[in-house]
Amino acid sequence: MRSDRGQSAPLGLKISAACGLLFLHLPILLIFVYAFTTEEKSFVWPPPGLTTQWFAVTWNRPDVWQALSLSVRVAAISTTIALVLGTLCAAAVSRTKFFGRETISLLVILPIALPGIITGIALRSAFALADIPFSFWTIVLGHATFCVVVVYNNAVARFRRTSGSMIEASMDLGADGFQTFRHVVLPNIATALLAGGMLAFALSFDEVIVTTFTAGQQQTVPIWMLEELIRPRQRPVTNVVAMVVVLVTLLPILFAYYLTRDGDQIAGSGK
Amino acid sequence: MRGALSDLLWRRPQFLLLLMLLPPVLWLGIVYIGSLFALLAQSFFSIDEYSGLINRQFTLKTYGDLFQAANLDIILRTVTMAALVTLASAVVAFPIAYYAARYARGRWKALFYLGVMLPLWSSYLVKIYAWKLILAKEGILTWLLAKLNLLWLLDAWLSLPVVGGNSLSVSFTGTFIVFVYVWLPFMILPVQAALERVPGNLVEASSDLGASPGQTFRNVLFPLALPGIVAGSIFTFSLTLGDYIIPQIIGTSRLFIGQAVYSQQGTAGNIPLAAAFTVVPIVIMGFYLWGAKRMGAFDAL
Repeated sequence: MRSDRGQSAPLGLKISAACGLLFLHLPILLIFVYAFTTEEKSFVWPPPGLTTQWFAVTWNRPDVWQALSLSVRVAAISTTIALVLGTLCAAAVSRTKFFGRETISLLVILPIALPGIITGIALRSAFALADIPFSFWTIVLGHATFCVVVVYNNAVARFRRTSGSMIEASMDLGADGFQTFRHVVLPNIATALLAGGMLAFALSFDEVIVTTFTAGQQQTVPIWMLEELIRPRQRPVTNVVAMVVVLVTLLPILFAYYLTRDGDQIAGSGK
Repeated sequence: MRGALSDLLWRRPQFLLLLMLLPPVLWLGIVYIGSLFALLAQSFFSIDEYSGLINRQFTLKTYGDLFQAANLDIILRTVTMAALVTLASAVVAFPIAYYAARYARGRWKALFYLGVMLPLWSSYLVKIYAWKLILAKEGILTWLLAKLNLLWLLDAWLSLPVVGGNSLSVSFTGTFIVFVYVWLPFMILPVQAALERVPGNLVEASSDLGASPGQTFRNVLFPLALPGIVAGSIFTFSLTLGDYIIPQIIGTSRLFIGQAVYSQQGTAGNIPLAAAFTVVPIVIMGFYLWGAKRMGAFDAL
């Protein structure tokens, strides 16, 4: 236990921590204001007027819907693959000590530890060498690779907390390996997997750097946005899409937090 | 059948382990490591300057091209930016991490956690776009400074060489701010994790023994937080080294490594040089990770 009961922070620390948090949040909130501005051509602040017309305009844009549909499909498939691979890897690494275990955790972390452009161009040059044409699956290949780590991290943390004696007890009581997995292991790790899956989905939905190299002519939502940032066609539509993207990624994250919240407190990871 | 299989797996844990490891290791090994090797191989090819075709013969010529003045400039500029961004992130992150680790309790703790996680996970492009809105000439920052009668300060800054420019959204200052903003949560989390392992009574003991808050910070807190800072710097440094979208959207026409890679492989069609360029951050990060591991930074991750 700590001895700092009821102590309050020095004023300077309070102010700088608060400023830091504001710095992190104000820019994102700004997007919400811009989605309603009546100004079409420039980024003028304060907005001369507020309107909801851009939501209707965005709703009727087929290119936005196409990008959204592609993003959701890619994220769903990549998340599924990452869930399988990440869980397997986490189960192996957390249960036993074996030769090369460190190497395997490094292997899982590497796709996000190295800059995205390296993963991107590496995949692209591999596709070129192997004569693989760009398709839906080339995007999935890249996304699943860096999504594994998110699932892995969540699953490893949960596996470490799930006590091995429960599994032994289940075996002692006559359950076979599959029954134990189905009735003991799975319920224990389910929320961690769901949380990892949510985060993987958000990660894939948002990924732009690797996607630029593996998508060819197809547009996911981030690629669509990047295109609009470089060559703007209709700024207000970009504002609305930006706001929708914030909301779409926010909800899975809040949900993932909610799912892992209690467990993390039990584990005392905050201490 | 099922029982027999289950028994086999129980009696042969090695076999089960192999079964579990095979799919992820095959996937990452083939898709990822395989691609990395494909990339590495390309960096030893060269491009024929007349035909623009790639000559698939082993050569170190492409690596030699890296040492041309223009390319060295790009590398130096990127590494400097990455170092500055890392330093600034550490400075901004420390108070947030320290407050969250030592003073925030219960609901506040959760709020701090979410307050860092939400920006970390919210869309990368949206964050950059938000800063485009803020830094643009007609944007909120200019408006704010005008209200405070401080526009002269902005103009003076923008007239400086290197860091200045036409407006903040086309200057290295803008690039720097956005880099710090986007990577900051990656620094806060490991620093907070490191600080949470520092027992509060250590800080009290230090002040009981007569140390000023500054001395306590220098001699107690900072050394104990250092592995966390190094762990965070792995992200801020590596991500800055490879990013090409932030300097493209908010920055000048002077390139960073990521942009050079992107344009070499795209418009210039010089995949070997692009590949050689990517080896630079890989090598730098290799040394960085090796050093970080020696400092015990991996335990703070």
